[in-house]
Amino acid sequence: MQKSTNIVITGAATVLLGLGSLLAAPGLQAAGQGLDPKVCKDKDNPPKDTVTQGYCLVIERTKGNCMGCHLIEGMSSGNIAPPMVSIKQRFPEKAKLREQISDATKVNPDTVMPPFGRHNILSADEIDKIVEYVWTL
Amino acid sequence: MKKILMLLAALGVVAGTMPAAMADPASDLKQFQAFFKNKFPTVAFDEYSNGLYALPGLEEYREQWTISNEFPPYELGLSLGKKLWETPFKNGKNFANCFKNGGKNIAQGYPYWDEGSQKIRTAEMDLMDCAKKNGENFSFLTADLSKEQGPRVQLAQLTAYFYSLSQGQRVKIDVSSPGALKAYEDGKKYWWQRRGQLNFACANCHMDLAGKNFGGNQPLSAALGHTTAWPAQRLEWGRLETIHQRYATCNSQVRAKPFKHGSEIYNHLQLYETYMSSGLPLTAPAMRN
Ligand code: HEC
Ligand code: HEC
Repeated sequence: MQKSTNIVITGAATVLLGLGSLLAAPGLQAAGQGLDPKVCKDKDNPPKDTVTQGYCLVIERTKGNCMGCHLIEGMSSGNIAPPMVSIKQRFPEKAKLREQISDATKVNPDTVMPPFGRHNILSADEIDKIVEYVWTL
Repeated sequence: MKKILMLLAALGVVAGTMPAAMADPASDLKQFQAFFKNKFPTVAFDEYSNGLYALPGLEEYREQWTISNEFPPYELGLSLGKKLWETPFKNGKNFANCFKNGGKNIAQGYPYWDEGSQKIRTAEMDLMDCAKKNGENFSFLTADLSKEQGPRVQLAQLTAYFYSLSQGQRVKIDVSSPGALKAYEDGKKYWWQRRGQLNFACANCHMDLAGKNFGGNQPLSAALGHTTAWPAQRLEWGRLETIHQRYATCNSQVRAKPFKHGSEIYNHLQLYETYMSSGLPLTAPAMRN
């Protein structure tokens, strides 16, 4: 069962959303900067830019799987955590964002967000890449 | 014990959101049930026996569940359990002979503290003992139930039938003796402890996040009512399973090493969870997402 969840962020985003649902096939739509999950599977030509690499780590179930909890535009997402929008505005300092991903319990000891760095779910390098991608959301 | 502690340390288990030491089971129970009453004021108490389908926001799942209940997919497994229950042993006796009241309307008292063995006993344990005492050699008596699905599912089917004989009875277990109290505390500790690489306590998913949807297609049930529907069948599994198999799955999901089927810690966890569901009607077996 796939539940499609849409939220309205701003006027402009609404228009984009509307277009998106007209143009794209239902299900997993291109997210963020028009990225397609297929690029992550391309063994012959693996993504070279950090943003795309970060995107691939975010959507990989055994790595970030961030959309399991956070709504990420265009992905089948959970509703456990705040939607991933306007990250750049809300985290102008990348170090703070890195800290939140590396060990969210430092910010809030009761959080359910896994401590990705502290528990070695993601390496420091992987977290850096995720930061680059998430910043584009 | 030392080994277990070391294992837990290696897995990064840390004390979770455990509230300050609670006085006794009766007040734990009050607090636990009040938590859900506050969280979901519109949900009637008895509804919690229907698992995640009781919760607001998950109506879409409830509709599908209601339809599937017209011809429940667990019927086949349940009928196999019934057959096993009714087929006489080689000595002419059968499972019903091992239990009070022929096994009817007694499951609401499980698990229970047994003074003789100084252990918590589950329905599965009593069913297995019954078969053993009567000289039977079902494969579930000797199999590694954590690994061997066939024998485990057969035991789940038998247990499902046993529980079905008590459908509608309200959970009522006794944790007053010192031994039971100790087991209860052990289960309670496990419930609140964070574990696994993903660092989750049972309470995180089944209290904090109850009613939420993981990944858009995995709704989460409230802990209240846990155990009332088990053994149960999940759409994804397509077979009846024991509650210990459910526990193991929940452990694996957070990348914690599951304990063995039938292990003491799972018995204690089951005791704690069942006590927290005191007063709710049994619905086992049931379908679940
Ligand atoms: C199991 C659930 C879960 C997963 C998986 C998860 N998060 Fe979170 N995250 C949360 C919750 C809950 C919060 C809310 C803050 C809190 O609990 O302290 C949060 C907060 C955040 C925040 C700051 C709050 C905000 O305003 O947005 C960021 C940034 C974030 N998460 C990024 C990520 C990234 C990146 C990933 C994947 C690598 C991720 N999260 C995976 C549960 C999760
Ligand atoms: C990461 C999330 C997560 C954690 C942590 C977790 N579970 Fe679960 N649990 C689930 C999911 C998903 C299901 C299936 C949907 C449902 O019924 O809640 C489930 C189902 C169950 C059920 C069956 C409920 C029913 O109504 O049929 C029981 C019982 C249960 N869990 C107990 C536990 C216990 C005990 C722990 C701690 C050892 C635990 N869970 C930890 C996610 C989790």
